[in-house]
Amino acid sequence: MLNKAGRDIPSVIPGFKEVKLYNGPFAANPTGRVVGPKITVNKPRSEKILKSIDQAIEATGLKSGMTISFHHHFRNGDYVLNMVVEAIARKGIRDITLAASSLTSTHDAIIPYIEQGVITAIETSGGRGKLGELFTSGKFLKKPVLIRSHGGRARAIEAGEVVIDVAFIGAPACDTYGNINGIEGKSACGSMGYAMCDAAYADQVVAITDHLVPHPLYPISIPQTNVDFIVEVEAIGDPKGIASGALRISKDPKELIIAEYASSVIEYSGYFKNDYSLQLGSGGASLAAAQFIKEKMIAQGIVGSFGVGGITAPFVEMLDQGLFKTLFDVQDFDIPSIDSLRNNPNHLEMSASYYANPHNRGPIVNKLDVVILSATEVDVDFNVNVITNSNGVIMGASGGHCDTAAGAGLSIVVAPLLRGRLPMVLDKVHTIVTPGETVDVIVTERGVAVNPNRKDVFENLKQANIPLMSIEELQQIAYDLTGKPESIPVTDEIVGVVEYRDGTILDVIRKPV
Amino acid sequence: MAIVGTGQAGTLESSDIMVTISPAEGAKTGIVVDLQSPVVKQYGRHIENLIVSLVSEQGLTDVKVFANDRGALDCTIKARVLTAVARCKKDRI
Amino acid sequence: MEKLRRAMMFVPGNNPGMLQNAGIYKADTVIFDVEDSVLVSEKDAARQLVHNAIKYIKYPCEVAVRINHITTPYGRDDLAAILPAKPDLIRLPKAETAEEIREIDEIISEAEMKNGFSQGSIKMMAAIETAKGLMKAYDIASASPRMVALAIGAEDFLADLKTTRSSHGNELFAARSQILLAARAAEIQAIDTVFSNVNDEDGFIAETTRIKELGFDGKSVINPRQIKLLYKIFTPTEKEIDLAERVLAAYEEAKAKNSGVIALNGKMIDVPVVTRAERVISYAIALGLRKGGQ
Repeated sequence: MLNKAGRDIPSVIPGFKEVKLYNGPFAANPTGRVVGPKITVNKPRSEKILKSIDQAIEATGLKSGMTISFHHHFRNGDYVLNMVVEAIARKGIRDITLAASSLTSTHDAIIPYIEQGVITAIETSGGRGKLGELFTSGKFLKKPVLIRSHGGRARAIEAGEVVIDVAFIGAPACDTYGNINGIEGKSACGSMGYAMCDAAYADQVVAITDHLVPHPLYPISIPQTNVDFIVEVEAIGDPKGIASGALRISKDPKELIIAEYASSVIEYSGYFKNDYSLQLGSGGASLAAAQFIKEKMIAQGIVGSFGVGGITAPFVEMLDQGLFKTLFDVQDFDIPSIDSLRNNPNHLEMSASYYANPHNRGPIVNKLDVVILSATEVDVDFNVNVITNSNGVIMGASGGHCDTAAGAGLSIVVAPLLRGRLPMVLDKVHTIVTPGETVDVIVTERGVAVNPNRKDVFENLKQANIPLMSIEELQQIAYDLTGKPESIPVTDEIVGVVEYRDGTILDVIRKPV
Repeated sequence: MAIVGTGQAGTLESSDIMVTISPAEGAKTGIVVDLQSPVVKQYGRHIENLIVSLVSEQGLTDVKVFANDRGALDCTIKARVLTAVARCKKDRI
Repeated sequence: MEKLRRAMMFVPGNNPGMLQNAGIYKADTVIFDVEDSVLVSEKDAARQLVHNAIKYIKYPCEVAVRINHITTPYGRDDLAAILPAKPDLIRLPKAETAEEIREIDEIISEAEMKNGFSQGSIKMMAAIETAKGLMKAYDIASASPRMVALAIGAEDFLADLKTTRSSHGNELFAARSQILLAARAAEIQAIDTVFSNVNDEDGFIAETTRIKELGFDGKSVINPRQIKLLYKIFTPTEKEIDLAERVLAAYEEAKAKNSGVIALNGKMIDVPVVTRAERVISYAIALGLRKGGQ
């Protein structure tokens, strides 16, 4: 069956009760109620602190066939997920569904437990490295890996489509009664945004911390009312992997050209005025664009209302300089961002649901004017792939890509037109993560293309000194250099399912030949 | 033309291709291309055909071509193959 | 209007990645180098690479090739390999005599004939990099109608002078002045030397401001990041553009009326004023400050 994005989706997919086809970015009209967690009670003078992860697993009654969740604020420095999965395996528990907000290459360590059948289903934002290859191989897992955006995951949790039996929350600072924040302790990660939904909706919540402090801890990101048990461990992460030093502006001349064009697009788009709002990606060209946008804001005396992210040092600098009134922060990428969240009252923490859940009463992305996003591939219909690489292997994450593209007034995708010999503008992307009808402008070092459904933006951009052209012309420039690539042959076997933020199926990932 | 020497051109840097042309091994005849490339799925056949046609246009017959590609464009592949051919012809003298 | 050559960007001739991206940085001219940036053992490979890049990649700007000096064992081979690809411009390093220029001019003429290119379509420029060359600067600049620019190559020149580069640039003042005079006398452009410390943006800006004041048309650059900085310095102000437009309008109007004396706001407009105005407008168009290309 073809969905609205033109993708052929089978009517039956292993592990899916019902296959709902994507039918446009705002087509879904959900009814019913938000679900709630099981009631668990902590009576006065009883103890939440347990001695070990093993004890916590026993206390929660975790059994084979259940679903566990994790958050990915510790990025490549995370120890929690690996520690917990290893403990679960030791207990002989099997057939677990892993619903992590995202996975990084440090989680390659769980591969043996997937092979042994401890973990048999995965629902997450993406996968990289060996884990991505394993997902793409279709081996071991009982059903295709389910890819959700950050907003889509929050929605699925609140709608009861993911029922988390036990949420394990890495807590950089936790008091003896379960109040948690991410801004203190040796493993500080900043915002706890993704974990907030898990804590609020999981049937049971275990906080794992390496910085246990007397009650009460404040400020509070995740409250004691959500937390059942607390376990103190030596270390929940490697600070070096959690946050880098300040992310710096690229010196790569090609990225700088892309960034310059992207900032010109913003300047002339019609959105660049006082009180506009902005989200930046953490990629090189996106960060470099921050520098140029900052210069233009200063030159024209523009003050933005809010920034959203994925927060990085360049964004924090703009907040400090008064170029934005506030930042909404779901995750931090570097130390200056964590420091800012701790010290600057105008730097606000938010949950994944507040950030991007399409089915609540209004996520912040709905108020976003401009977002800059990256891409692995785009196609002539403006669809974007950030999940599979040129060989059809899962090697990226959906993140907030489709959420912000759908919410923002102007979504700009930046990418080099050529990666090695590979052209970035294809006839059809291998996997759609963000549908083309929500993507407005594609910026490359050799040309800028505007979605034909945004004639207003196209007209405005005629004033900018940028190489404006049609997407077909942009593709032709690439093909003149590279030739037309042969498409990646795939089998019929489905190894991944890309769920759109509204819960419909946008695309499937088939195993490459 | 058969050759006795070996000719090599190009580097292993990104967007380049290292081409090594040497006499065919044993009793093998024809132009045998051994291509390693990150874009073998998208452009493998095209690159092999390009190399074979360039080498045969230069009058070589029984040779082995080892091509270690790092995402080179056709114009680069052409330049490196022609340089390697010229170098292995020189090697003969 | 005169072809602008504000930023002439060197690109190492044996680097495919840099060659294929050379066109995206908005340099007025890219100079593919087969001279100093290429090892002696790789000259053959670089020639092939540059030849094929020029032939198959569309560059949105002027394409020049810096060849090895014609008296080295490589110069003639460079020309033989590269001319059939039809570069826009050949840059000769270490020019010392008018004869060298004429010799290359002849080789180019032959290649143009042989390949069916129109006569004179391939231009030339030369870099002065020795005291001896400087003494012949005007002869070199005027040796061939192909010559469009005279450049200074400071590193070799200062070694020849037995001095080194300073931040104030006094050591180059005489040479820059002479090259500018020679170029202007021969009615061609003057191009300044590279500034090699890519990370010293302030130094680059100071030097570029100085050479623009001297009258140079442009500068050789070695990194794309320098181009934007350079163009900023070569950007006329809105007031200058406005004045230039009014000067040209008055001039056109007077021409149409066949009027001999032209004046704007009571001031006489003579040829130098018109020339200067044209120059301002061509910068403005190149920077996208005005729509143009009449």
